[in-house]
Amino acid sequence: MEFFVQQLLNGLAVGGIYALVALGYTMVYGVLKLINFAHGDLFAVGAYLGLTLLVSCHLGQTLPPFFAVLLVFVLVALMVALVGYLLERVAYRPLRGAGRLSAVVSALGASIFFENALMLIYGARVFVYPDFLRPDFTVTLFGYQIPGMRLLVIAVSVVLMIALQIFMLRTKVGAAMRAVAIDQGAARLMGINVNRIISLVFLIGPGLGGAAGILVGIYYGQIDFLMGWSYGLKAFTAAILGGIGNIPGAMVGGLLLGVVEAMASAYFAVAWKDAVAFFVLILILIVRPTGFLCERTADKL
Amino acid sequence: MNTRKVRFITGLALGIVLAVLPFFVNNYWTDVCVSIGLYALLALSLNVILGQAGIFHMGHAAFYAVGAYTTAILNTMFQWPIFWTMPLAGLAAGLVALVVARPIIHLRGDYLLIVTIGIVEIVRIALVNDIFGITGGSNGIFGISRPQAFGFRIVKSIHFYYLVWGMCGISLLLFHFLWNSRFGRALNYIKHDDIAAEGCGVDVSHYKLMAFVLGAFWAGMAGTLYSAKMLTIAPASFNFMESVIIFAVVILSGGSQLGVLVSAFLFIGLPEVMRGLTESRMLFFGLAMMLMMVWRPQGILPPLPRVYKKALARAQALAREKSE
Repeated sequence: MEFFVQQLLNGLAVGGIYALVALGYTMVYGVLKLINFAHGDLFAVGAYLGLTLLVSCHLGQTLPPFFAVLLVFVLVALMVALVGYLLERVAYRPLRGAGRLSAVVSALGASIFFENALMLIYGARVFVYPDFLRPDFTVTLFGYQIPGMRLLVIAVSVVLMIALQIFMLRTKVGAAMRAVAIDQGAARLMGINVNRIISLVFLIGPGLGGAAGILVGIYYGQIDFLMGWSYGLKAFTAAILGGIGNIPGAMVGGLLLGVVEAMASAYFAVAWKDAVAFFVLILILIVRPTGFLCERTADKL
Repeated sequence: MNTRKVRFITGLALGIVLAVLPFFVNNYWTDVCVSIGLYALLALSLNVILGQAGIFHMGHAAFYAVGAYTTAILNTMFQWPIFWTMPLAGLAAGLVALVVARPIIHLRGDYLLIVTIGIVEIVRIALVNDIFGITGGSNGIFGISRPQAFGFRIVKSIHFYYLVWGMCGISLLLFHFLWNSRFGRALNYIKHDDIAAEGCGVDVSHYKLMAFVLGAFWAGMAGTLYSAKMLTIAPASFNFMESVIIFAVVILSGGSQLGVLVSAFLFIGLPEVMRGLTESRMLFFGLAMMLMMVWRPQGILPPLPRVYKKALARAQALAREKSE
């Protein structure tokens, strides 16, 4: 039972990270019907920028760890958001009228570009996050010793998700965003500046992705330039799992995928851990392509 | 001179240059051309799926891997001669394609893209995990023997050059006939409007599946050539990036066969010319994909519109009759 609970919490922590990245995919898909393949790499960019700020700028030494991490979170989210914004302007906006394939290929190109830019700037080796940042307290919950780090990661991702949900449901801009996702033309007629909303989506999604990058760095302690693809594909799977374009769906899908993966590697075989997500993806697309939380639409998949 | 003639002459000139090239360049460049030829072969086979039928398939390296491993296993374990394993490698890849594509072929464009990425990853992980105990894990398989035909052993780069490019030539010819056949016309229709095609009685799922299996069959045979050339194969050679490169070559080519050859030379050969850029070649690859989509989304050389000479002549004759 102890083992099961530990695996469950581990799954939820990883799942929270997947969910944060999945939000970026699902938001962009919601407004543009585009799979932003470069999103996973923006997440990796976030992890690397966080490392640079912590190590090269000595933020980790000058400030107490808690504030250093908080500051880095905010700065990195802002920087990655800016990169996401520029990406949309340069690589996606000129293709708005062209076919879907053009935008997908452009996104793939952007992904390859970011991945290799990271490799050229930082080098192809694995980088280690400073470990004094990792809180190593344990919490006793229902009689189980649980690493505090896991709970923190779960807490951070849940707080960010709730904040996003409140933003989407309670603010005027959030309403505009939902309107653009439903019908761009009608939204424009209602006086919504569609281009500005799309830019905003490309600020929020990558911002959350960048934050998730730092979470991975602190949680696992190491990052590499290929992490964008491995996490990106899994986060995308999570987004499909919950029904792509659906924000609560991405959250639930992320957590679910994290738990399924943790259970599969604990009880089935560790070596096949990375394949589990893809099996789940293929299965879900065959059995229920609209995902778990998506309303029925006439759109044929 | 119309575009059709210009292309025909360009193609002919390219063919002649390729036929005599190895006599004028050193071993290194012959090797580079062999590698370009392998990519061209793979891209030609993917072109049936992606260019002709319009199926977004980004897992071609999976079928390439199945072919290469089939050859390697049959050769090292059962001492089969390389050329005998070639049809079997194709069949194995085609069979895998049939099984995995059957349930997913109806999915819409970008969803299919993601699933095919999943397939290539699953195949790679299966190979690394030494599935059935015959793939040799992450070290792969080594000690594959040289191919031999009619007592002639294919060893040197120049031999492989003619083997690979000969295969390319055969593929070009066969796929050209395919493009002009009833099957090719059906694929073309499906690519442009699958609902209309379905409405006209074209069995869309069947044709898509057949195109998929055919492309995979060809990729499997390309895998045989790869094993024979490299003598040792490992899962790392069939990763997702490989799929992306093949996909990009086809997309940027625009979908015509000449275009595929040109873009294979541009994207595999050009980085070799600029040796200083080896490290950053993939960076430029990504940049080129973005810029190309912004400025020339139809690709380098899109296929020319079909002309039906007989039908055209009949229509003209009918019009003449009416006017008289």
